Amino acid sequence: MDIFNIILAFLLFAVIGAVVGFLLAIASKVFEIKTDERIEAVKEALPGVNCGGCGYAGCEALAEAIVSGEAKANACVAGGTATAAAVSDIMGVETESAIRLRAQVMCSGTNEYSKKKYIYAGAQDCLSAVRMGGGDKLCPNGCIGKGSCVFACQFDAIKVEDGVAVVDYELCTGCGACVAACPKYIIKLIPFDSAHWVGCMSVDKGAQTRKYCDVGCISCRLCEKNCPSGAIKVTDFVAAIDYSKCIACDKCVEVCPRKIIWSGKTQSRDLTIKLNDKAV
Amino acid sequence: MIIDLLLLMFSAVLIENFIFSRFLGICPFLGVSSKPNTALGMGCAVIFVMSISSAVTYLIYTYLLVPFELEYFKTIAFIFIIAAIVQFIEMFLRKFVPSLYNALGIYLPLITTNCAVLGAALLNIQKGHNFIYSVTFGFSSAVGFTLAIVIFAGVRVRVALADPPRCFKGIPITLVTAGLLALAFSGFAGMSF
Repeated sequence: MDIFNIILAFLLFAVIGAVVGFLLAIASKVFEIKTDERIEAVKEALPGVNCGGCGYAGCEALAEAIVSGEAKANACVAGGTATAAAVSDIMGVETESAIRLRAQVMCSGTNEYSKKKYIYAGAQDCLSAVRMGGGDKLCPNGCIGKGSCVFACQFDAIKVEDGVAVVDYELCTGCGACVAACPKYIIKLIPFDSAHWVGCMSVDKGAQTRKYCDVGCISCRLCEKNCPSGAIKVTDFVAAIDYSKCIACDKCVEVCPRKIIWSGKTQSRDLTIKLNDKAV
Repeated sequence: MIIDLLLLMFSAVLIENFIFSRFLGICPFLGVSSKPNTALGMGCAVIFVMSISSAVTYLIYTYLLVPFELEYFKTIAFIFIIAAIVQFIEMFLRKFVPSLYNALGIYLPLITTNCAVLGAALLNIQKGHNFIYSVTFGFSSAVGFTLAIVIFAGVRVRVALADPPRCFKGIPITLVTAGLLALAFSGFAGMSF
């Protein structure tokens, strides 16, 4: 190969490179799209984990929705107050603090307390288990414990302990991915600093519930009668708390004969979880 | 001629499938095959880019590299051209077909470095295809790629629910599955046109 070939190759590629570069430069001007720079800024402020808790396809989709005015500045549940403040700054609106939520699995029926109707040995997935006669637990509203919510969680905040899914409140961002994943619909989003929650969603009559599980709500209404603020009500044979009325007096926890009203209390900013002694 | 083209398509899709018999494009095959929807998105992006890049690389090779006797530079030239084309297509789609741009999403820029696209361009030269054959080959190879990746994504959805021995979990069982699927495709290998 003589020197001419080398120079020729060099020149040819230099020319191709220059032409292509020039064309791309022109194209980037011709095809330019004016995008709102706030979209980029809002996207930066969002957590960027694409959990989908806001109801949009991901953080970028939410950023576009916020800038177009379709979503509120505090629409990101996972980011909490800090993100809401940062986004509000960019959008130039008043900060509306987002109520921090956390997921709560409304079931106390661990393997020890709940009864099984068969031994399940299929795929380790709640959806598959539900198809087999509604799961292996007798209770139609009990946690199946095969961990569909664990797979759904982007934050490693949920794990299955002894047959019931348990949420790590510090890691939980309240995005609601697990709520959507649960085939039994027994995961609920409740305010982060809720004092109490009822660890049962069995909507069967007390006598029936007793057959399923040692720690099921038997709808005795003791909590309802003893609640001074009227925050706890038994409807459809299961107790439920209205968090806007609850005054965290601990009365319901004391009177519950099945010990399924659980306490989680705020001390300064940390949530300390005090678990009751397991019921008889 | 039509018959020849149909045979070329058939053989590119099934017999000489890019993934299962040429082992090109394995990286997206394993990387974006966990859900059928994303696999389909990737497949469509590949079909789009591969058809266009086959045409352009053929023209570059025939009308630039051959006259200057610089055929040995085809690999470098093709990498360069394909990257530029993908950039250009991305800008074009974003401006004029935003719906397609959103549907292809992240997969379009990912294809810049996809060996299947470069492979199609180089194979066209190696096989001495003319312009129409080049475009047909690029298109149908990409269809074969899409077929493989979508089938595999469907299989992986089921595999994810299975309970394999712990040492097989994750990538090992995925590779075993891919091997079995490649075996199925090798059933076409006896046919030759």
